[in-house]
Amino acid sequence: MSVGDHGGTATVDVAVADAHRREWAFVLAATARVAGDLDVAEECVQEAYVAALDAWARDGVPRRPGAWLTTTAKHKALDVVRRERVFRSKMPLLVEPDEAEMDEPDEDAIPDDRLRLIFTCCHPALAREAQVALTLRLVCGVNTGDIARAFLVSEPTMAARLTRAKKKISAARIPYRVPGAGELPERLDAVLTVIHLLYTTGHTAPSGTDLVRADLVDRALSLTRMLLALMPDEPELRGLLALLLLTDARRATRTDAEGRLLVLEEQDRSAWDRPPSRRVAG
Amino acid sequence: MPQYAILIHSPAPADPMDLTPDYVALLERYPAQVEELGGRIVTGFALQPSTTATSIRGDVVTDGPFVEAKEVVAGFFVLEAPDLDVALRIAKLNPATLDGGVEVRPLFVPPAE
Repeated sequence: MSVGDHGGTATVDVAVADAHRREWAFVLAATARVAGDLDVAEECVQEAYVAALDAWARDGVPRRPGAWLTTTAKHKALDVVRRERVFRSKMPLLVEPDEAEMDEPDEDAIPDDRLRLIFTCCHPALAREAQVALTLRLVCGVNTGDIARAFLVSEPTMAARLTRAKKKISAARIPYRVPGAGELPERLDAVLTVIHLLYTTGHTAPSGTDLVRADLVDRALSLTRMLLALMPDEPELRGLLALLLLTDARRATRTDAEGRLLVLEEQDRSAWDRPPSRRVAG
Repeated sequence: MPQYAILIHSPAPADPMDLTPDYVALLERYPAQVEELGGRIVTGFALQPSTTATSIRGDVVTDGPFVEAKEVVAGFFVLEAPDLDVALRIAKLNPATLDGGVEVRPLFVPPAE
């Protein structure tokens, strides 16, 4: 293997990791519509990311990694659907055969797929802890082990919780759609609560030696930003983002050098992250 | 269309003969509301009061409902609805939610082979 190949592999690894962070929700949400089942969709998306490692090393990183991953995952999902026609009879709600053709995916044409996904994950018929776990797993792409550690349960417990929730979605026919205007405020509230809970868990971590779990805090912030981009007219979302940014601006000053907790008066205000505070005020 | 069992839970002993005229009036309006929301009642039954129930656990026969509780199963119906959101909207309108509650359970359909 030449030196160039090593460099190429590293580039591909970075590109795949990057696409995992940025595009996971988009790819899964689009695939779920074809697969008709969140479990199947999740598996197909995972396979697509694995396939990307080889294909991108061979052919180069595509111009739109998200589109490539979506097409690949959808193909895999269609194979599953064709192979097991059972899914069609079991899950007619999620499967929209007319849209299942493999046309060139257009990221602008179906902007609400990620919204469908998050509203399904935060459906009020699911327990709050299941909503949070599903959102982390399906919308953020966090693996089950990491979710389990964040919420102080064993990995098998978290895996069982996720499986139970996905089973309920399919057995009880929790619809894969954005709620109508009439129920939107109530349903959006559940989504905001889940994000807030996610943030709070990261803000004052229930376990470990660090006060803040930066990964959870960052997930909550990027989720809020994604939602706000998808629903720019929602004042509640804007408010939540402002609250989270303002709280997060103090992140670096909440502990001293030894990691000891500092109360507000003891904190070095000059070290607060000013731009977010200004964005909130403005 | 998916079908759901709607289990009606009312304060014990849930005697249908004790229903107030107001409650009966709400019940009479219910089927029309169900249709309006896009559902259909496939079949439904009210039960005799829980004081008439007999329970069997293992080989022990006892007088009374299976679970001793403030509320007992007072009846059930099978609802056909396009999805859980519609089923919940319909269930919420059931007058049993005023003094007791309802449980929405999807009917089991054996997986097709």
